[in-house]
Amino acid sequence: MFKIAKERLNELYAKINGQMGLFIPVKKAGEVNYEVWREGKEVSLETLKTVKSPKNMFFPQTENMMKFKTEGKNLEIIDVRGEKRPFVLFGVKACDYKAIEVLDKVFLADPVDTYYQSRRNATTIVTLACSKPEESCFCSVFGIDATAPQGDVTTWLDGENLYWQANTEKGETLTALVKDLFAEGGEAEVEAQQTATKTIIDSLPFANLDLSKFKPENLNELFNAAEWQEMSEACLGCGTCTFVCPTCQCFDIRDFKTNEGVIRYRCWDSCMYSDFTLMAHGNSRTTQMQRFRQRFMHKLVYYPSQNDGLYSCVGCGRCVNKCPQRLNIVKVIKTLGGKDND
Amino acid sequence: MTKETLIPKIGVVTDIRKDTPDVKTFRVVGTDGKKLFQHMPGQCAMVSIPGVGECMFSITSSPTNEEYMEFSIKKCGCVTEVIHALEVGAQITVRGPYGKNFPVEEDFKGKDLLFIAGGIGLAPLRSVINYVRHYRSNYGKVVIVYGARSKDDLVDIEEIQTEWMNEPNMEVYLTIDRPQEGWDGHVGFVPAYVKELGLDPNMTAVLCGPPIMIKFTLAGLLELGFEKSRVYTTLELRMKCGVGKCGRCNVGDKFVCKDGPVFRMTELDELPDEY
Repeated sequence: MFKIAKERLNELYAKINGQMGLFIPVKKAGEVNYEVWREGKEVSLETLKTVKSPKNMFFPQTENMMKFKTEGKNLEIIDVRGEKRPFVLFGVKACDYKAIEVLDKVFLADPVDTYYQSRRNATTIVTLACSKPEESCFCSVFGIDATAPQGDVTTWLDGENLYWQANTEKGETLTALVKDLFAEGGEAEVEAQQTATKTIIDSLPFANLDLSKFKPENLNELFNAAEWQEMSEACLGCGTCTFVCPTCQCFDIRDFKTNEGVIRYRCWDSCMYSDFTLMAHGNSRTTQMQRFRQRFMHKLVYYPSQNDGLYSCVGCGRCVNKCPQRLNIVKVIKTLGGKDND
Repeated sequence: MTKETLIPKIGVVTDIRKDTPDVKTFRVVGTDGKKLFQHMPGQCAMVSIPGVGECMFSITSSPTNEEYMEFSIKKCGCVTEVIHALEVGAQITVRGPYGKNFPVEEDFKGKDLLFIAGGIGLAPLRSVINYVRHYRSNYGKVVIVYGARSKDDLVDIEEIQTEWMNEPNMEVYLTIDRPQEGWDGHVGFVPAYVKELGLDPNMTAVLCGPPIMIKFTLAGLLELGFEKSRVYTTLELRMKCGVGKCGRCNVGDKFVCKDGPVFRMTELDELPDEY
């Protein structure tokens, strides 16, 4: 394990940035989100939750896919992607890291989504352990240890230092690039921080949610539960939950006419929107209750049923904080998850 | 090189046949004049007009046709409207094939087959029926019940009358919803006709048509003693990617684009009622 003093972190960023791209939580207009690092930007590793999750590093909110050119009757398809420059994604929390695993199972499953894959392959992920989890956090419910996130490199931050441990070959390569800034040591400090953080995690209000009912064999019973109506009644269908969610991956593909041909792009979409399933001959989900139900059933039942029990919620709590109507997945779990939620 | 799933191929429309007032069948090949890709009966493809949109259609032609693919498309939305305005020689994009096909090489083999279609629902079935005709000795008796609103709405009537009706060991029953001048065939809805025909419940049945037709026809078949595990249908939901990633066609733990569109009735029973 290595360490670097907090006041020297800018040197670390500059060094990484000299070799490859660096995306890191940056504070701008009071909000913290992942951005390209530049000298002088206000990095905020201490912020527990970026407003948007880092999923847009691999699955951008909008992304041009291809271009069509027409000459007379002839149509030409142009792949608009360039080479992906290697980059480091720095400061990813355990929940968001787990969310990348959830997304991988969608985008890297056969047939591979090459748009996602090229970004994923170009990335070295440096995770950062949590030391001050908040009341809206419930990652431990999904078996995630916020004090020991995985990734190519794991880091821990305390009042004095950032501690650094490489986990993979990519992590070792990155470590070799910046090693001359590091001193050895930090095991005792990391262990002390982990013990202290675990005490906080155990006392969080949502630490003991019961998920036992969310099993493939209960799919139809859960789908038909009368409680969906009441739970969804206040839902505005704004889609905020899907946009801040680190695992929501539904997308739309659309064409945009420009002076230089047609651009086909994809963008995030939301199952909370009424036209998500609208077809010329009808709509399979006509009410907000159905759309609300779809989102939570997908995260807690459908996705796990397709992926060996892995839930498509990581307990980051963004939807808990951001829903304008104070609806969220915790309420759904408490209502339908199992008898120990009472 | 990894296969690009979302980047289409360019297709050239080489023939357009007007089947009914709102259905046209488009023949498509690649820019090299050859068939774009191989498929199996029941599989679909994403067809697009750049700048307008991309939609999923079943491939109407049989895989045994080595020269081209055909799509029978009903004009009913903003993309199909533009597709209907295409002329021969137009270039479009096509990607696929997507989805699970009918089990023509497994469960259907050696069986007597019953095909029931309503309106444009014939489109995916035409692929299977012509596949079965091509490998005729692999299958038993074939019965086809096909209905439409009027005689003018029967898709591909020429092939049905000149080829299917003259095929040995193959029975074709046509019906239209209301009496019409120049029609001396059966009049009535498909579900009622199916019950009247007193069909052998040991046949393997394939249904395709509007949801209301499927619902009542299935009930009729069950009354006749058909087993749900030997009744198949195809689902249709909105799709964008075709490979189980965009999330649109998700029903329960299935994606229609990837796990369907062909489903056994017993599989549908396990899915939540949201399709």
